[in-house]
Amino acid sequence: MALKTIQAPIPGTFYRKPSPDQPVFKEPGDIIAAGDTVGLIEVMKSFMPVVAEEGGKLAAFHIENEDPVMAGDPLYDLEA
Amino acid sequence: MAIKALFIANRGEIAVRIIRAARELGIRTVQAVSAADRDMLAARLADAVVEVGPAHASKSYLDKTVMVQAAVASGADAVHPGYGFLSENADFAAMVEEAGLIFVGPRPQTIRAMGDKATARAMAAKAGVPTVPGSEGRVETPDEARRIARDIGYPVMIKASAGGGGRGIRVAATEAELDALIPQASSEAKAAFGDGGLYLERFIGRARHIEVQVLGDGDDVIHAYERECSLQRRRQKVWEEAPAACLAPAVREALCASAVRLARSVGYRGAGTLEYLYDPETGEFFFIEMNTRIQVEHPVTEMVTGIDLVRAMLEIAGGAKLAIAQSDVVLNGHAVEVRINAENPAKGFMPSPGVATALAVPEGAGIRFDTMLYEGYAVPPFYDSLLGKLIVWGESRAAAIVRLAAALEELHVEGLVTTAPLHRALARDAAVLAGDVHTRWLEGWLERGGLS
Repeated sequence: MALKTIQAPIPGTFYRKPSPDQPVFKEPGDIIAAGDTVGLIEVMKSFMPVVAEEGGKLAAFHIENEDPVMAGDPLYDLEA
Repeated sequence: MAIKALFIANRGEIAVRIIRAARELGIRTVQAVSAADRDMLAARLADAVVEVGPAHASKSYLDKTVMVQAAVASGADAVHPGYGFLSENADFAAMVEEAGLIFVGPRPQTIRAMGDKATARAMAAKAGVPTVPGSEGRVETPDEARRIARDIGYPVMIKASAGGGGRGIRVAATEAELDALIPQASSEAKAAFGDGGLYLERFIGRARHIEVQVLGDGDDVIHAYERECSLQRRRQKVWEEAPAACLAPAVREALCASAVRLARSVGYRGAGTLEYLYDPETGEFFFIEMNTRIQVEHPVTEMVTGIDLVRAMLEIAGGAKLAIAQSDVVLNGHAVEVRINAENPAKGFMPSPGVATALAVPEGAGIRFDTMLYEGYAVPPFYDSLLGKLIVWGESRAAAIVRLAAALEELHVEGLVTTAPLHRALARDAAVLAGDVHTRWLEGWLERGGLS
């Protein structure tokens, strides 16, 4: 299977949950569809959703919840 | 005991401002930095730098234990919290003091009391400072609502007890409207917040945001007059002035005297700001809250009074008494500050972190630029978007705005998109020039395409 690495579109802090007391958007192993929200990136106190541009199986995250990310950094792997 | 070494528990332009004030007093500076801030201007200027944790503020600048430990280990004898982060955290202030260090700010109990809106409101009432007339809690029945609204005076605002940030607000101009809106507002609040509870408050249609700067040494308190910060977007100030040109001299004196009464009643220590809403139609002012720290917009006050507020904070924290008598605080001219943020006004104020590849800063008489920028600096995406503050002074408000417009033409930040175009447009807008604005004016202006 082809593994594709999706990069962070913008820099900031990566969140896997909509808020600290809520479950994660996606778990590794989940099947995701184009348009699904995979996480949030907080850039200068604004929260931007990370929206999947294509579907597949989310293989793994490269960035942990609340960790910093730069634009272009590997964010997650997708099995198409 | 005068401070010998100061730990700066903040970042950005305010850290730079604090380091400069400390230097003038011969105080050694130790700058806290997160892993993302090693290259910031304050880190370059400070005598020493201590890394306090990862980029995310909750693990660095907001971690009370880590910050206190770092301050102690650095050999500092005082901590300046700046604004934001832990600056109004009473527990942090107490921890600093328990560790045997000086907290540059008010006593922890003052921060705690003023940080609680209900307590602050009650203390204001006790000091004879007017607050926005309201229901003092939930309104239980339509009869009670009518009775309270009559006391408050129409129009009244109907607010959801569980709401916030302007959500769930309705305005009733008459008793008939109140009767119609209460059930509607209650069911909507129930649906939105799971709680149908409502309270009432006087509605001020064209409210202006006016705030009084105070300075206390724990015994005596003086004011350094007021600022107006009515130009706001999403409750964030974007343009600030001193003094508030809309106030009649008698109102100014009454307003500033009320702020001193309240600050004195709590034995205020350090620099603080009392925020008010001003109703230009009735000439009434109402206390909203007190900020127990230095504020972003403090330079406009410095420009019109000649007082160095940050230096005064450090002197007071070191045990000095107020060096200025109230009668020596004299207003001179007018000052305007605009916030230069890394945001794109043409794209809904989208954040725009990046590298400042080139920088040209306006200079000349009456111009000051307080900034965190230098050429080649990579503005990190993890913190707020304030890059700097352009502050101008003029002998009159009109002269200050002319100077502002000219200074904005000289300001060039390459590599980053900034809010400078917003301020260029505001500086030539007829309503801004006439001072005919209120706290909701800017958002309406933006919606009407003021920028295009």
